[in-house]
Amino acid sequence: MLDRYEPVIGLEIHAELLTHSKMFCGCRVVDSVEAAPNTAVCPVCLGMPGMLPVINRRAVEFAMRVALALNCEIQNHNIFARKNYFYPDLPKGYQISQYELPIGRHGWLDIALSDGTTKRIGIRRVHMEEDTGKLTHRDEGSLVDYNRSGVPLLEIVTEPDIRSGEEARAYATRIRQTLRYLGVNSGDMEKGVLRIEPNISIRPRGSEAFGTRIELKNLNSFRALADGTDFELDRQAAVLDGGGKVIQETRGWHDTRRETFSQRAKEEAEDYRYFAEPDLPPLFIDPAWIQTMRATLPELPQAKEARYRIDFGLSPVEATALADDRAVAEWFDAAIGAGGKPKSLANWILNDLFRLLNERGLTISDVPLAPAALVELQSLVDRGTINLTTAREVLAEMLESGRDPTTIIEAGGLGQISDEAALIAIVDQVITDNPGPLTNYLGGKESLLGWFVGQVMRATRGQANPALVNEIARRRLEEKRDTAGS
Amino acid sequence: MSLSRDEVLKIAGLARLALSEEEVARFSDQLSAVLDYVARLDELDLRGIEPSVHAVARTNVMRDDVVMPSLSPTDALFNAAATSENQFLIQSILEE
Repeated sequence: MLDRYEPVIGLEIHAELLTHSKMFCGCRVVDSVEAAPNTAVCPVCLGMPGMLPVINRRAVEFAMRVALALNCEIQNHNIFARKNYFYPDLPKGYQISQYELPIGRHGWLDIALSDGTTKRIGIRRVHMEEDTGKLTHRDEGSLVDYNRSGVPLLEIVTEPDIRSGEEARAYATRIRQTLRYLGVNSGDMEKGVLRIEPNISIRPRGSEAFGTRIELKNLNSFRALADGTDFELDRQAAVLDGGGKVIQETRGWHDTRRETFSQRAKEEAEDYRYFAEPDLPPLFIDPAWIQTMRATLPELPQAKEARYRIDFGLSPVEATALADDRAVAEWFDAAIGAGGKPKSLANWILNDLFRLLNERGLTISDVPLAPAALVELQSLVDRGTINLTTAREVLAEMLESGRDPTTIIEAGGLGQISDEAALIAIVDQVITDNPGPLTNYLGGKESLLGWFVGQVMRATRGQANPALVNEIARRRLEEKRDTAGS
Repeated sequence: MSLSRDEVLKIAGLARLALSEEEVARFSDQLSAVLDYVARLDELDLRGIEPSVHAVARTNVMRDDVVMPSLSPTDALFNAAATSENQFLIQSILEE
């Protein structure tokens, strides 16, 4: 279809902000899946008459940080607006939002694509609003829980710059990662704290006019986003190819059938009758405040990935994996600061440390492992004090106890055995105990050398210096040949 | 300024109100009168005056991000016409 039609896709992302209290009242922001219903509600977020909203300063600051991280211009003169519509998730009959003057505009975000190229996606606007209540449908009616009503919500809207499911997924993944880096959202899509809604249309190649777009909902994973978007592009192409017209509507994604279905036709644009919220005075954001917020931004994932590749010579895969989560990246940075060698550290973290953490279902923040301790372990291996097998065991022990590697090695007698006399004794014992393999070896099956080395490693619980064992075993076996031959 | 019948019906629809023909005529007159009253502002010479969105000259009224006590579920649901499972029970919503 791509030879005939050009996909035009824009993404709207709604992200709840991780403040302690709600956007306009002091109710606690609770887990809307776990918390008992209607336990974090008050007259303000229930829309009772005569109540006045008051803006949560931290929510504004979180919004500013996101807008700055997405390279937006910050609006100095902010006003809130009422978006009016009747639906029971909104007890007031309107949602407090921003309309003409959103807090951030004209931003962009670069995404990395699988062919190694980078693409810039324009950010049209970032605005502040409040989340709505949650409806649950039962046979006898609908249940309404207002715990989520009034939770600070950020809406991030792209320009229609996205051209495929893969690009949509790359963009949304980067947004989620950025929000997590900024500490403003957990990124938990299953719990609905991050919701992604693409607008999808296609137009004949070369055409300037936009096609009729549909809005896709119910996407609870990045895979659903990519697959749902691609399904919809193909569906629309088939409709146009068959001489039909795409209908403007909201469609849902069916996760098990892997297809979209019509939810609601939108025959005309909804009339929300936006007007300035009279209960909230204007919000002025001066340059000094913007400067203060800019100074709180951490090094963002793109910058970390670039630094790992360019300064440390890591592969794109390694750089992306280390920068994926901010806690891991900062742990890696601290280990580098403690004198670690980047390439070898990256291997230790991505292979051994991640395996140990995965086995235990833990994250790097859960274990008492100091970055400098891993650097010390690395240098013990480099100096030949312990071999890699032992080092892996020591690392597991470090994860459990938080003790430093030298202490663990001394306490457990785990130092690598490089004492030649001691190793000769062990090698000789292994040869004496295994007359059969010895005969075969002497009979020409010299590949059995590796088997003898393995027996010695086992006898020393992996602590013998493998290179030295190899050399000694070869020498002692060959000496047997000389004895046998004489 | 006179509102058309269609305009009145559209406003009624947005407000989820069903109006009789007699009410359409009555509210058409009333709503038109409201618009005429507000239109008196057009008589003022407002050249050179910045638009404002608020009658009170205050800005940046904010609160710290501090949790305050919420209502008990009993109080929260006290005015509900019907409840179930500690939630407001309403007529089924067929849209969406």
